[in-house]
Amino acid sequence: MIKYIIKRILEAIPVMFVIITAVFFMVRFVPGGPFDRERSASAETIAALNAYYGLDKPLFEQYLGFLKNLSRGELGPSYKYEGWTVNEILAEKAAVSLELGCAALVAAALMGVLLGLAAAAFGRSAWGAILSGLSLLGICLPSFVLGPLLILLLAIKFRCFNAVGWDSASDIVLPALTLALFYAAWIARLMRRAVSDELSRGYVRTARAKGLPPGKVYFVHIFKNAVQPVVSYLGPAAAGLLTGSFVVETIFQIPGLGRFFVSSALDNDYTMIMGCVILYAAFIIFFNLLADIALAALNPKVAKQL
Amino acid sequence: MNIDSRESFAPASAWRKICSDRVAFFALCFVAVCAVLCALADFVAPFHYAAQDLKLGAVPPCGEHLLGTDTLGRDLLSRLLYGGRISYAVGLLATAVAVLIGVSYGLLSGMCGGKIDAFMMRVVDIAYSLPFTIFVILLMLVFGRSVWLVFIAIGAVEWLTMARIVRGMTLDIKGRQFVEAAEALGESKLGIMLRHILPNLAGVIFVCAALTVPSVMLLEAFLSFLGLGVQAPLPSLGSLVKDGAEAMEDAPWLLVFPAVFFSATLFALNRIGEALSEK
Repeated sequence: MIKYIIKRILEAIPVMFVIITAVFFMVRFVPGGPFDRERSASAETIAALNAYYGLDKPLFEQYLGFLKNLSRGELGPSYKYEGWTVNEILAEKAAVSLELGCAALVAAALMGVLLGLAAAAFGRSAWGAILSGLSLLGICLPSFVLGPLLILLLAIKFRCFNAVGWDSASDIVLPALTLALFYAAWIARLMRRAVSDELSRGYVRTARAKGLPPGKVYFVHIFKNAVQPVVSYLGPAAAGLLTGSFVVETIFQIPGLGRFFVSSALDNDYTMIMGCVILYAAFIIFFNLLADIALAALNPKVAKQL
Repeated sequence: MNIDSRESFAPASAWRKICSDRVAFFALCFVAVCAVLCALADFVAPFHYAAQDLKLGAVPPCGEHLLGTDTLGRDLLSRLLYGGRISYAVGLLATAVAVLIGVSYGLLSGMCGGKIDAFMMRVVDIAYSLPFTIFVILLMLVFGRSVWLVFIAIGAVEWLTMARIVRGMTLDIKGRQFVEAAEALGESKLGIMLRHILPNLAGVIFVCAALTVPSVMLLEAFLSFLGLGVQAPLPSLGSLVKDGAEAMEDAPWLLVFPAVFFSATLFALNRIGEALSEK
């Protein structure tokens, strides 16, 4: 197992390297530079700024310089937010996004698994159809549709929550729900399908035949097998939640990393974009690894192949 | 001996599956009607999508403007039709791109087998775990936000699942007798791939493509919502939802109609795909 984890981490290094290189050169091809939008700046000022930050050097030299700084864990100064380094900004903003993302991921997993279990338990009855209809509805309500609708209904019409902002403790409810519901619906569908596949297996019949209480068969024996596709989906789901936060943070005006990423991409804030991309990619790779380890813990067959 | 065990793609069986499922049948009718109306937006839309009437401002649904107007006095129904046209076009074209990449990649991987196959699939595994949306956002910035690039960029992201499924099926079909027979008859590898394996995959590809369409439309709307997809004044369903969200306190209809239309479209497309994938 430990060997497998080390192997995966080693594998992640070239992947990260490719991502960093690709993004580094890609953002340089974006027309315009980080200082073009400074209103008062004359051509000389921009040239001076570029020289100050080393942006007038050959591209490859800049790239090597960036890698060198990166190896020391430094991402350089932000071009847009004077006096701030990218490290400082990331540390501040990522905490907010992480809080939101984790809340949404937990909510999605809990709601999805419960809904899926219930839908499978009701089978082909009317309740089963209603519950699977609900989960299909969930995947048709993406965050940018659901978020504004929730605000309209719960914040503007009934005034249960603040429409936007990130001040009081209850401000996390609406954005987390907005982010979570789509993934909860996917998980519910995965879970329902997996449970109904397991129900017809031999071991279920054996467990029932030897007189185990139906609840134990359902929640212990079947659950342990049926939850596996859900666990392996959690990796991609975490990635989706992170990128989904671009939209949700914009809708709810949350001072998190997602909103920041989009604006820094539009502003050509090169170092900031790199910082965000590196952080996102690292998160996503980490979550995928975590999901794979959890899967191996659940399934000895998978663990053997590692 | 059953040499040619083709389960070749049968439109008739797909049609039967849809017809036997009442919800899916209505979903198909809904999508067909919407697609035709949107495609003919130039003729059926009561106004042009950019025709403003600033004096009018945002009015709620009324006789002249069935779904009301937006803050610039533009007719919402017309903008929905034009926006739907963009979304459907993205859905179809980006899916075509995804099918093209995914099928060729999966076929190649499955046909080569062995180490090449293992490597190619490892690449797909890794690509699954990449922040692709970020790449699409950066691509949009690099190339300016042209509509055509939206198609290609989205298609280039959504091919992974297709590649996996096609590769699995290729491996399965490759071992069947009719392929061995074709090999014995001296058919080239390329010929086997195109003449014997590909036709057997048509059904699977069709179903997978049907399920790709809604997820592609979703990604396009996501980008347009962030202001990175289709550019104003051209509407897309994503940008209409965004405009509606900005004006929802004073003019809730601007949010509700695009949101309902978009979600209903996604629901219908997903439901059709689901019905097709039933055994």
